[in-house]
Amino acid sequence: MTGPVNTSPRTSLLAAYGPILAVALVLALLPLATTANTVLNAMVLALLIALAGQGWNILGGYGGQFSFGHAVFFGTGAYAVALLQSRLGLNAYLAFGAAVAIGAAVGAAIGFLSFRSGLRGSYFALVTLAFAEVFRIVANASPWTGGASGALIKLDMRPENFQFASRATFFWIALALVTAALVATRMMERSRFGAYLVAIRENEDAAKALGVNTFRVKLQAITASAAVTAAAGAFYAQYFLFVDANIAFGTWISVEALLVPIVGGLGTVFGPLIGALALHGLAEATKALAGRLPGADLALYGALLVLAIAFAPNGVQGLFNRLKGGFSTRRAA
Amino acid sequence: MFSPDIVIAAVLNGLLTGAVYALVSVALTLVYGVLHIINFAHGAILTAAMFAAFFAHQAGIDPLLSVLFIAPAFFALGYAVQRWIIGPASHGDDRNILLVTLGLSIVIENVLLAAFRSDTRSIDVPYGFSVVDLGFVFLPMPRVIAFGVTCVVAALLWALLTRTDTGKAIRAVAKEKLGASLVGIDVTHIYAVTFGIGAACLAVAACVLLPSYYVNPRVGTAYVLVAFTVVVLGGMGSVPGAMIGGLLIGVVESLSGLYFGESLGQLGIFLIFILVLLVRPTGLFGARA
Repeated sequence: MTGPVNTSPRTSLLAAYGPILAVALVLALLPLATTANTVLNAMVLALLIALAGQGWNILGGYGGQFSFGHAVFFGTGAYAVALLQSRLGLNAYLAFGAAVAIGAAVGAAIGFLSFRSGLRGSYFALVTLAFAEVFRIVANASPWTGGASGALIKLDMRPENFQFASRATFFWIALALVTAALVATRMMERSRFGAYLVAIRENEDAAKALGVNTFRVKLQAITASAAVTAAAGAFYAQYFLFVDANIAFGTWISVEALLVPIVGGLGTVFGPLIGALALHGLAEATKALAGRLPGADLALYGALLVLAIAFAPNGVQGLFNRLKGGFSTRRAA
Repeated sequence: MFSPDIVIAAVLNGLLTGAVYALVSVALTLVYGVLHIINFAHGAILTAAMFAAFFAHQAGIDPLLSVLFIAPAFFALGYAVQRWIIGPASHGDDRNILLVTLGLSIVIENVLLAAFRSDTRSIDVPYGFSVVDLGFVFLPMPRVIAFGVTCVVAALLWALLTRTDTGKAIRAVAKEKLGASLVGIDVTHIYAVTFGIGAACLAVAACVLLPSYYVNPRVGTAYVLVAFTVVVLGGMGSVPGAMIGGLLIGVVESLSGLYFGESLGQLGIFLIFILVLLVRPTGLFGARA
């Protein structure tokens, strides 16, 4: 299961960033086509998951370190943005920035502890899962985080509070965040750091033997990964004005964050976005067809995860490339 | 702080709970030892087995009797899942096995949720509230039975692994996959057999758990997180490590519940878990990193 390796560092800027801008511009037109709140709401959620998945993709897709507990970063971002406003009275935008920074710090701390102990594969997956559980139990029990009843952000709908009456505004902000993450991922892909990270995924020992400081590269990767996923969490809290421990640190977000890049294309720039749009489109369709059967959408996600790994190891994009490749070879023959 | 009687009772109760942890963990560690991968579908299989035992009881069969057909059924199920789903779907890549088992667990849990809703169900058995009187302490009968059954299963497993050809083949594959296939062992078959044995152990655990516990679609998660801890503590892949680790965690949970209250008892387990992973990921009895 590998994404395309950094092919040519000399690809032109237009070829590298053009598609990102084009996709962003097309998506930005959506609120002009529809004003239905349900559609916009679904799109905001899909973009949010794409953002969380982009964070996971940096560490898991490019670096090959599979975290099963990205909820820990999502939840840190969500709780930070809520508590900094409600407890310390911080401005919403400052709180958002601080939440991303705190998420990055938590990522660096967890990364430092686990990578210094040399945890890989199953062990790394387990320790991230355990950290997410510890955060969930503590957030659920501590009076400072509001305990089991969760934390609220006071409703005061003014732009300077990062609260908007129109869903379209939130949609554009989510889109801007996703676009920024896409650009950052592309920059990373084209950088020396990105090449080191892919080298670690392909063969960590070989990368080390060639002089890559694997510990530092993995630490930087988990910090960046945590920051992006924390931004998704912070946006979630700001959008719903509410978090509790089971939303913020729950398994659902750990699963969705890893599912969307895998379905869309692991270790590719557009993978998480494609995966999130495809999955959420599908989930909405199942809801329409199967009604509100509890667990039906998650069961579908699980089945998709297995099917994606079995039949499309490079995700939806890989499937397209394979189809294209199949046609061209047939033409050549 | 507490009188010795209460502490001894807590320790004994911890040992009884720990026996079930040990059983669940042995199944996990056995699969890890051979496939070198954590089976994230472990908890979901336990939940499914508990539902099987529950519906067998609804049909009038005591769990201690229904275990005789639920365990073989789950062996067959585990064999099939590994041989025809996990194996082919993962293309032999470890990271893929992790994700496939995670996907399977999500499917199993949510299909159960869709079918039975999140209601919590429990059963009534004639021995449900009887106790064993040791003179200085009373022990609940269902847990004593669970402890006894665990000891029997552990003995059977030990005999299987050390005294039979299949057991020898399992140990060979665990040690050296390539070498085992060179001497003619069917590795794919052994993988599936091991997975089947793991599922059968979970079925036994489910049947002895049900009389003193409850079942809902999420019940396995609680046990599997404890089992992860036990397996890491005992050393991944070590069967004796999982047995001792299970008993130890049972006692730790019981004592920290006594001293710090129930909700923080769970936190203690996770802290031990993270600490062991960070400080000594090979566990107390493991040799390999």
